[in-house]
Amino acid sequence: MEKFVSIEKVGQTFDTKKGKFVALRDIDLGIKQGEFIALIGHSGCGKSTLLNLIAGLTRPTNGVLLCDGREIAGPGPERAVVFQNHSLLPWLTCFENVYLAVERVFGQKEGKAKLKERTAAAINLVGLDHASSKYPHEISGGMKQRVGIARALSMQPKVLLMDEPFGALDALTRAKLQDELMKICEATKATTVMVTHDVDEAVLLSDRIVMMTNGPAATIGEILEVNLPRPRDRLTLAHDPAYIDCRAAVLEFLYEKQAHVEKIAA
Amino acid sequence: MSATTMSGDFGLEQPVDRDPKEVPLGDSITSQPVAEVVAEPAKEKKMEKTAALPSGVPFGEKFNTFLRAVLPPTLGMLILIGIWYVATHKGGSIPGPVQTWDAAVTLFADPFYRNGPNDQGIGWNILSSLQRVGIGFGFAALVGIPLGFILGRSAFLSAMINPIISLLRPVSPLAWLPIGLLVFKKADPAATYTIFICSIWPMIMNTAQGVQRVPQDYLNVARVLALSEWKVVTKILFPAVLPYMLTGIRLSIGTAWLVIVAAEMLTGGVGIGFWVWDEWNNLKVEHIIIAIFVIGIVGLILEQSLILLAKKLTKESS
Repeated sequence: MEKFVSIEKVGQTFDTKKGKFVALRDIDLGIKQGEFIALIGHSGCGKSTLLNLIAGLTRPTNGVLLCDGREIAGPGPERAVVFQNHSLLPWLTCFENVYLAVERVFGQKEGKAKLKERTAAAINLVGLDHASSKYPHEISGGMKQRVGIARALSMQPKVLLMDEPFGALDALTRAKLQDELMKICEATKATTVMVTHDVDEAVLLSDRIVMMTNGPAATIGEILEVNLPRPRDRLTLAHDPAYIDCRAAVLEFLYEKQAHVEKIAA
Repeated sequence: MSATTMSGDFGLEQPVDRDPKEVPLGDSITSQPVAEVVAEPAKEKKMEKTAALPSGVPFGEKFNTFLRAVLPPTLGMLILIGIWYVATHKGGSIPGPVQTWDAAVTLFADPFYRNGPNDQGIGWNILSSLQRVGIGFGFAALVGIPLGFILGRSAFLSAMINPIISLLRPVSPLAWLPIGLLVFKKADPAATYTIFICSIWPMIMNTAQGVQRVPQDYLNVARVLALSEWKVVTKILFPAVLPYMLTGIRLSIGTAWLVIVAAEMLTGGVGIGFWVWDEWNNLKVEHIIIAIFVIGIVGLILEQSLILLAKKLTKESS
């Protein structure tokens, strides 16, 4: 299948007070349409940097990133981002937060009634109809993150980028949102890249897991194909040998191969 | 990087953070802690409400809280008046509290009389001072707030204009008065212009700093959505900067009220500052003391009403 997102020879160097800091080097990755990719690695390995590059929020020092055959020159609504800390605007209600995105993407073609319909549909998709008119500070962390997802999905992006979207949530809420996300991705066939540091999350959700080496000058260490049939169920998978193998492979990468590097770096 | 240099040049970390009442306003716009910061006061409010319920709380306790709130300020005032009384009761040039009170009663019996341009009631004097402050202050807001936005958004312009602001800000607004007289050829607009000059700095600086402190997360949202500059300003920058702007406005009005008295002493006409000077020429010292109280009370009302406004606006927007 053709690559939908293509990352070619990408490197990222930051200028710091102590001189140049090489965050990423030689990243080569192709992502197929509809694929779910997890980026996993220890903290400071440049996962979020890579995600920001795909989002277009930062520009690479070397190499090129393509999305749907065109170079990624900056951020845009066709590559929606779900931010780590939800980043909802506190002075807008949940509905208004989503509406802001919908209006931006569809406002020129569609009337207000249709835009409101879209907004309501996106909020319904994440199961927050009842909280639509609430302000972000009136709802829980999990709900905020769901509004963030609704905002991203409402734009009907070509690529959905998620930066540790469930990192700040408790385990139960996280599991619930993972299940919801799986359903949503199945229904929308969204191409998704998710940064995570949670091994179970990566194996459960992804088609491929991109494991990154430790920084500085991090790159892709291994890529693991997760050949588990969908729809996936976390309870049955817990005893599935293929699932256990995948999990073990990621753990081995993180805690044996890369743990060693971390010691040297530290 | 530019944020640190700018705040360094301005040196206005203090005005923004000085007032503890401002802290929740500032905090409410930082992104991540919003949940905790805003949620907690809400809980507290509930608790306060239950605590203030009249049914469960015995009268004695309610009376105690009332005493605790009212007693210290009253006592302070009484001591002040007491010292004043003791210091003046043997006679001398400064009138005591009783004489001042008597003078105040006659003065406020008819605050809005008019006996020609130089002899008007105290009400007119206060109102015309307030009018000057209002006009000068309004123009300062019209110019200062947009300028603050521009400086906050453009690192180049802020680097260009910051040194000028740093140079002019410490200058007493009264030093500008002769220039105003020269330009406007009249006392009244010259005084208003002085107010404009002194009000504009806090507004520019606080607005610019507010713009620079808008959390990067919100700006990233704007970038991912590719919002138009107009949407960025109305939906993200303005609400995020509002608390800072209101701090700037509050600081400005305080300074403006300080300056107007001095400016009017120099320019004459009608106004509380001129009135003080006029009463000094008439040697009505008790009227000067009354004026001091009046100026203090008006300043207090101005400041408190702006704090109230800030609370109301930020509650609605957060």
